[in-house]
Amino acid sequence: MNDSILASYVVPVHPHPLLVPEQNEGWQRLRDAFDEARDQIAASDADVIIVYSTTWPSIIGHQIQADPNPTWTLVDQDFHDLGSMDYSFRIDVEFAEAWNKANHSRGLQSRTVAYNGFPIDVGSVVALKLLNPDNRIPAVIVSSNVYANRAETTVLAKACLDVLGKMGKKAVAVTAMSMSNRMFTEFIEASDDKIHSLKDDEWNRKVLEFLEEGRLEDVAQLSRTIHQQIRVQKVVTFKPMWWLSAMNNNRNDLTGKVLAYEALYGAGGAVVHLDPTSNGKGDKEYDEDDVETYQGERNVLDSEETDTSVAEASPNTGPALWNPAEGEDAVNTESAPKPVGLYPHARRVGDLLYLSGVGPRQPGTNAIPGGPIRDGNGSPLEYDIKEQTRAVVENIARILEEAGSSMEKVVDVTSFLVDMDRDFAGYNEVWAETLGHYGPTRTTLAIRALPTPIAVEMKVIAKI
Amino acid sequence: MAKGSIVAGCLAPHPPHLVYAENPPQNEPNSEGGWEQLRWGYERLRDSLAKIDHDVLVILSPHWQTYVGTHFLGLSHFEGLSVDPIFPNLFRYSYDINIDVELSKAIHDKAADAGLAVKMMNNPDFRVDYGTITTGHMVNPAFDKPLVVISSNRSRHYYSVEVMQEMMMELGRATRDAILESGKKAVVLASNSLSHRHFTTESDVPEDMSREHIASHAMHLWDMRIIDYMRTGQAQRIIDEMPEFTEQAIAESDGGGLTWLLSTLTVPDYPAILHGYGTIIGTGNAIVEWPCYAHEEV
Ligand SMILES: [Fe+2]
Repeated sequence: MNDSILASYVVPVHPHPLLVPEQNEGWQRLRDAFDEARDQIAASDADVIIVYSTTWPSIIGHQIQADPNPTWTLVDQDFHDLGSMDYSFRIDVEFAEAWNKANHSRGLQSRTVAYNGFPIDVGSVVALKLLNPDNRIPAVIVSSNVYANRAETTVLAKACLDVLGKMGKKAVAVTAMSMSNRMFTEFIEASDDKIHSLKDDEWNRKVLEFLEEGRLEDVAQLSRTIHQQIRVQKVVTFKPMWWLSAMNNNRNDLTGKVLAYEALYGAGGAVVHLDPTSNGKGDKEYDEDDVETYQGERNVLDSEETDTSVAEASPNTGPALWNPAEGEDAVNTESAPKPVGLYPHARRVGDLLYLSGVGPRQPGTNAIPGGPIRDGNGSPLEYDIKEQTRAVVENIARILEEAGSSMEKVVDVTSFLVDMDRDFAGYNEVWAETLGHYGPTRTTLAIRALPTPIAVEMKVIAKI
Repeated sequence: MAKGSIVAGCLAPHPPHLVYAENPPQNEPNSEGGWEQLRWGYERLRDSLAKIDHDVLVILSPHWQTYVGTHFLGLSHFEGLSVDPIFPNLFRYSYDINIDVELSKAIHDKAADAGLAVKMMNNPDFRVDYGTITTGHMVNPAFDKPLVVISSNRSRHYYSVEVMQEMMMELGRATRDAILESGKKAVVLASNSLSHRHFTTESDVPEDMSREHIASHAMHLWDMRIIDYMRTGQAQRIIDEMPEFTEQAIAESDGGGLTWLLSTLTVPDYPAILHGYGTIIGTGNAIVEWPCYAHEEV
């Protein structure tokens, strides 16, 4: 749990509230909402404003602005007739560099950009000019990677939180984004602006209702649906909510307030304030896998071959090994693999023997018969489930023997497979050849991962 | 006034990598070369165009993206620094270009008559997109001929490839009519690549050619299919297959440039000249010329 995010804001990307708010009452209300947010931010103790902008697409991972004082004049590609936007921002370069490093250590592609004349995108320019007009608080801007999906975007936020924690900084998080993003494709009078369609309007209102209830993670989980319903495929999808939710610990009990919701040339523009103070309503279940490091598919198109021989030679990827815990009734043996935590190989209780989970790792060498399931970088490897299962059974036999028990005395077995679809048949075959002979009860579960790069582990109860 | 003409039509992609690899004085970063196949292709295109008398280059670039109508640069001169937002490490280019505003306005007016939403871009602070600058540089590094610069309307994203094609066919006809009426000799250029699946990583040395190849076999097959149609005078088939090509090859033709180009050439049934083909971080790029002067009354 972090408490480094003081407030979050959702703000629209088009330049009308900045350049010509007076031309339309709705644009003026958006401007007023920007001003309200500006005052709230000014009154906070924020050390940095972090902007995730959907109008800054990137391809080679994420890009982070790291020019200490980017200065230029921006003209919108569509709305060039509304005027030019001079900007001069103060960037927290130290933070940008640290975030870039943190991204790499969590497995993300990332780089900083610090070039004179780099074209800062319209969403970031509008946000920073209106929310932080005097550059009182330094800013950081991150791009939206066109290929990134939820895992990458979530890990990007976690890396950012790592840095906030390490530097002891408090931040305001901002996503520059449209709600529905379909604009009119014909030129309209300012006074005729409205949300492009009733359907877009209804979806926008639903999303905003969720945000007003503080249900940020629910909106994040609906991102793909929202994208399909009310987003025109521009460059990036409706992904900023993944980032913003992860920046807020994927919570659903924030205190939300919609400061304004209006049309911007047909698109939905909203200014929303999300306060991390709990609204007291129950938090909801977090229903997708949480991700800490990115191990994704981004290199699938690259022909660079993974050197499997290196991975096989170093099966030690994973947690540190421990000497088995000593204690009354504990049973430990040199001929079973070392534990990955402080626990014994087995423990006697009356005439029963409880074994800790046993995997296929080999005592001494720690090698994995049948091969590890992934290499040191987390890339999947081919492995032989039968070999692994046989090695598990052999390890179990050695521990039983050390305790004065044996395979015939096994009462109950719980098996864990990381890939039920792929591995059940092979595992079941070896089972039938070995433990299955002796008739213990058995339960087989599919689980997401084991601490070492193995595919199978068994938990055994036996008589002595 | 003599009748104007389109003397050549070109597919002239805009990877900033090619400018970077060339180390021209206008570009800040330095390289050790790279992507020579494509750069030699551009050399052949330049030689070819040098032999054809022309007054103006008309470019449609997918990197000036407009969602509300099609826009035209409307001032006679633009200069500034163009920094590629995706590859700022490769492309920071000082440009100085002249616009044939008269012809721009004429195409704008014809397109408006045809019912398209159009607008002139008259803001002097406007930064010209890097696609236009890159294509402009590779075709005519001296920039000593005026340009007409047309934005890429993103109708594909709002509607479909079919709607995009209808609009771009119309824009192509308007462009052609305006050129013919202008009395000028024009080269028309679609600034887009073919298959457009990028790698998502970059080598430490971006110009390391041992890392360069097409993103996937499927992309290669699509590129070769389209190039084959070009070389055998089957432009209509490109138009016909554009929806599948654009979807499956994630092709940059989604910006409308290729359809517009073929329309300005009245969907040519004569063979195009392939000056070069190569990949840029996995995307397929072809440099192609339709030698109209040899096939049409000029
Ligand atoms: Fe491009």
